[in-house]
Amino acid sequence: MNLALRDIRHHLGRFLLTALGLGLLLGVVLSMIGIYRGLVADALGLVRAPAAELWVVETGTRGPFAEGSRIPGDTRESIARLAGVAETGSMTFQSLEAAHRDRKLRLQVVGYEPGRLGGPPEIAVGRGIARSRFELVADLKTGLALGERVTLGGDAFTVVGLTRGAVSSGGDPVVWMALRDSQELQFRLSPAPARREAARGPVAAGAPDTINAVVARVAPGASVDGVVEAAKRWKHLAAMSQEDQETILTRSVVEKARQQIGLFTTVLLTVSTVIIALIIYTMTMDKIREIATLKLIGAPDGRIVGLIVQQALALGLIGFSVGASLIASVKDFFPRRVVMLPEDAASLGLVVIVVCLVASGLGVRLALRVDPATALGG
Amino acid sequence: MTTKPATPLVELRGLAKHYGEGETRVDALRAVDLDLWPGEVVGLLGPSGSGKTTLLNLVGCIVEPSAGVMRLDGETVWEGKWLRSDLRSLRLEKIGFIFQFHNLLPFLDVTENVALVLDMAGRSKAEAFGRAHDLLDYLEVGHRKTAKPSSLSGGEAQRVAIARALANRPRIILADEPTAALDGERAGIVMDLLRKVAVEQAATVVVVTHDEKIWDRFDRIFALRDGRIVSTEAPAPGG
Repeated sequence: MNLALRDIRHHLGRFLLTALGLGLLLGVVLSMIGIYRGLVADALGLVRAPAAELWVVETGTRGPFAEGSRIPGDTRESIARLAGVAETGSMTFQSLEAAHRDRKLRLQVVGYEPGRLGGPPEIAVGRGIARSRFELVADLKTGLALGERVTLGGDAFTVVGLTRGAVSSGGDPVVWMALRDSQELQFRLSPAPARREAARGPVAAGAPDTINAVVARVAPGASVDGVVEAAKRWKHLAAMSQEDQETILTRSVVEKARQQIGLFTTVLLTVSTVIIALIIYTMTMDKIREIATLKLIGAPDGRIVGLIVQQALALGLIGFSVGASLIASVKDFFPRRVVMLPEDAASLGLVVIVVCLVASGLGVRLALRVDPATALGG
Repeated sequence: MTTKPATPLVELRGLAKHYGEGETRVDALRAVDLDLWPGEVVGLLGPSGSGKTTLLNLVGCIVEPSAGVMRLDGETVWEGKWLRSDLRSLRLEKIGFIFQFHNLLPFLDVTENVALVLDMAGRSKAEAFGRAHDLLDYLEVGHRKTAKPSSLSGGEAQRVAIARALANRPRIILADEPTAALDGERAGIVMDLLRKVAVEQAATVVVVTHDEKIWDRFDRIFALRDGRIVSTEAPAPGG
């Protein structure tokens, strides 16, 4: 005869309301984990989009995402000539804010050479960039529609294609444009002194031929590390593998966010533990007389401990299910991506079980100290 | 009176209980000698603080005696120390408790309240529920088998509590003010039931009570004062 189940049924409304409250709390914990996963996924999405195997950037920097990187536009040709390199592409990255249709539009602008590495990974609607100037491929999160015209840096661009789920580590949706357009944009939007210096130089009539990175893919059988070492021989260049670039992003760019979210999640789990402990303690307090009666009529400690621990576990697991279901159903309405991984949910489920076992300790201690004589008299 | 069996069900020799030491020492029960026999229904009377509840708690193995010897159903359970390590299983096997306020578990229905004792004693579900149904029918509350305790009248609840106390066929039944919450007619019915059980199961029933209307239902009455049994008497005929 399961006493925990029968007691839950007896106070079903109160128990479910408590589990719902706990579920909301655990839902917040799960959403924090999902937000962190989303942050990493967003950051890695941009760096994985070119499907490159190595990145060449300005020497002494860990660009182009963790630090600024500016290298000559002809670097790509130099890298393309290295032994083992199969494909290359020049790229620029910058974030900007533009006014469009009476609203602010924050964008991560990626410049690339159509036909080379660095373009959008998959076009959901429309086509890729086909003309040499003034075309855009934008992510659906920009709110831009196919065929819509948007003014950036004084030039009007036409949206010819749409992608899905491409955002920067800061959460800004990505737009792709031809390299020349992005260079103009960087030049026009760079600080005034930079423009003045540029105006004195040989490319005063247009934007300097500067890019932020060269991405490359090696030929089958060729060594990425070998190409990286070869590229590093140019003193003005630094090179790193895709794996190194991803590590920089996850360990540097989103590290503070990871620590912040991790700490907040720990605080939430601690609060959850305290709340579960108090709920179980209160539920046990409400049953002091029943527990005394059970002891008096001969119930072993295991039966009484089982009553409390099973209720704590039921509370935690029902709360966890409520929280997980809630977040799964609303995660797409969050302004930033929330990624719920089955392994994260399973881990949190295990943590909840441990938390419930720890939290039930107070109630168990109270129950074991109940004097059976309490059952006698009024 | 019928001939007494050779062995009393409850045998107390010099049983005492005190709390505290030195100036703070309180003697709750002083060197009580008592034999209770199968088939007997006895009453413990006395003012508050006289030691009635302490005596009930000692016989129920709820508190540890300070001195003396206690034998229950022929087994010496305390002699300077507990001679049984698991007192709860001792209570489960040998003792049935009836409380003033029934103490039925509110989250179990009537049958489950009775069957729980048998479930704890390791009986099968079928056996436990079968015995519970039989007892509830015997105590004339069979029609409330699926009811929750909160929906029972005082008399019904007390009969269910008695059924629970009898479920494991204990030889010693301890009742703490079992009729305090009942009117005279219902109190009489409860005492008749306890008498019937004592005779049919060869059990001894010990009732702590202040309830004068049931004094004539006891075979013997023990009056306690200041932790001592000051008189033992059979009730006057006709109450």
